[in-house]
Amino acid sequence: MKMITAVIKPHKLEDVREALSDEGVTGITVSEVKGYGRQKGHTELYRGAEYSVEFLPKIRIEIAVTDDKVDGVMDAIARAASSGKIGDGKIFVTNLEKVMRIRTRELDADAL
Amino acid sequence: MRNMGRVLARCVIWPLSMYAGTVMAQEAALPEVVLNSGDTAWMLTATALVLLMTIPGLALFYAGMVRSKNVLSVMMQCFAITALITVLWTVYGYSLAFDTTGMVEGTTNLNSFIGGFSKVFFAGVGRDSLVLAIPESVYATFQLTFAIITPALIVGAFAERMRFGALLAFITGWFTLSYLPIAHMVWAGPGGFLWDLGVIDFAGGTVVHINAGIAGLVACLMLGKRKGFPTTAMPPHNLTYTLIGASLLWVGWFGFNAGSAVAANGSAGMAMLVTQIATAAAALAWMFAEWIVHRKPSVLGVASGAVAGLVAITPASGSCGPGGALVIGAVAGVVCFFAATKLKRKFGYDDSLDVFGVHAVGGIVGAILTGVFASAAFGGAGLVEGVSVASQLGKQTIGVVVTIAYSALVSFVVLKVISFVTPLRASDEEESQGLDLALHNERGYSL
Repeated sequence: MKMITAVIKPHKLEDVREALSDEGVTGITVSEVKGYGRQKGHTELYRGAEYSVEFLPKIRIEIAVTDDKVDGVMDAIARAASSGKIGDGKIFVTNLEKVMRIRTRELDADAL
Repeated sequence: MRNMGRVLARCVIWPLSMYAGTVMAQEAALPEVVLNSGDTAWMLTATALVLLMTIPGLALFYAGMVRSKNVLSVMMQCFAITALITVLWTVYGYSLAFDTTGMVEGTTNLNSFIGGFSKVFFAGVGRDSLVLAIPESVYATFQLTFAIITPALIVGAFAERMRFGALLAFITGWFTLSYLPIAHMVWAGPGGFLWDLGVIDFAGGTVVHINAGIAGLVACLMLGKRKGFPTTAMPPHNLTYTLIGASLLWVGWFGFNAGSAVAANGSAGMAMLVTQIATAAAALAWMFAEWIVHRKPSVLGVASGAVAGLVAITPASGSCGPGGALVIGAVAGVVCFFAATKLKRKFGYDDSLDVFGVHAVGGIVGAILTGVFASAAFGGAGLVEGVSVASQLGKQTIGVVVTIAYSALVSFVVLKVISFVTPLRASDEEESQGLDLALHNERGYSL
């Protein structure tokens, strides 16, 4: 099993969610984060005091999938989250040791 | 009815005698002070408007500009000051400011600088006491709202770092030793030091704005900069509050300026008009100055510009005309823009919310320009006969200088004395945590 973590632009969340649904992914965790890669921040000005804001708001998505779904999901996310401009984000795939569904105590593949 | 005889004389005999061509010597020679319900209704309203300027106008204006961890501390200071000054006003404030015992026009004595104790605890102020044509109770409450907002203005200068107890002590001392004497000198009447000099200050350019602005500068210098200033980002946490606050200040200021006519008449009407004009001119001026210098107009800029205009028109509102108001507003907007955005950075002091930059500088601009635009030649109500514009400018300058020097001295001494008893400033840890939690055990937002 794999944990797929994707950092994307906030306004792409809805598109990515739909694409994942089409891929058969039923569970997703979303968090609001901030960060930057190559994308530049912006400046704010208050009564002459200039502040440089380096961090940009992003959305982090986490999905747990079985190995056979990884490539399809990565592809779906990439297509939905892409705008063609710097700052589209990245997808990380990490190994998932164990998974349990809390309500039924089902393990691993049965829990996904 | 108690004064049946007098009423009869006034309503029947006197008019008749006028028609008859003979004059009843008593009635004609002694015009009696009588309550005017129109004036009273207006002044009751104006009082409420000015109180609204502090709570919640100023409270919101300042609260929006600080970081979220300090939002309550600023509001607490404004609210507590409102309550504190009210009590002090009741005990001795009104008396020391407006008692006229011993005041003689043209004579300088102790009572030229401070009032006596004959109105302590509002002694002698009953339901029927009058000041001009309004109840003295209304006059006293109206003046109280001014006494409240003046120290409340100062808190912006040392926002986010002053201990609450030390603040209350400072406000008590400063109100007693700086606000009361200056209010007395300018407003108590003939015999007052600055009144006799002929300084024109209709609604408090010196008494309120320069007074508070200078105190703010001294206080922020004595308290020192916030940790991390100027390199750490400390942007306003909620400019929507600031704009709402500025709006309440703008509307409430009609009570502040037009109410200073203490009557519902043409003077009040013109004060309202020139207030509106100057404020608008200043808001636009700051906005355009910022647009040119910083390439984008901002909400904080337009709100600050409006406040600068309100401050500057304050001393002039009783005497300048619409044209003068346009000029005063435009000048104040531009000058205060540079004062607030450049001066601080240049000299490195942390006047957190630009109390000096807007109130002191705006007050000085307004007080000086009053000397010009009060004259009939420049569209004003006209200077005292025999006084030239140059001469009036001299008087205005004296008023400004006296206020600056005295306010600075009192602020320094009061803070110094308090600092021997208790630290003025919150500790580094309290400042980091935020005053709301550290000093008040409260959170502004539980989102």
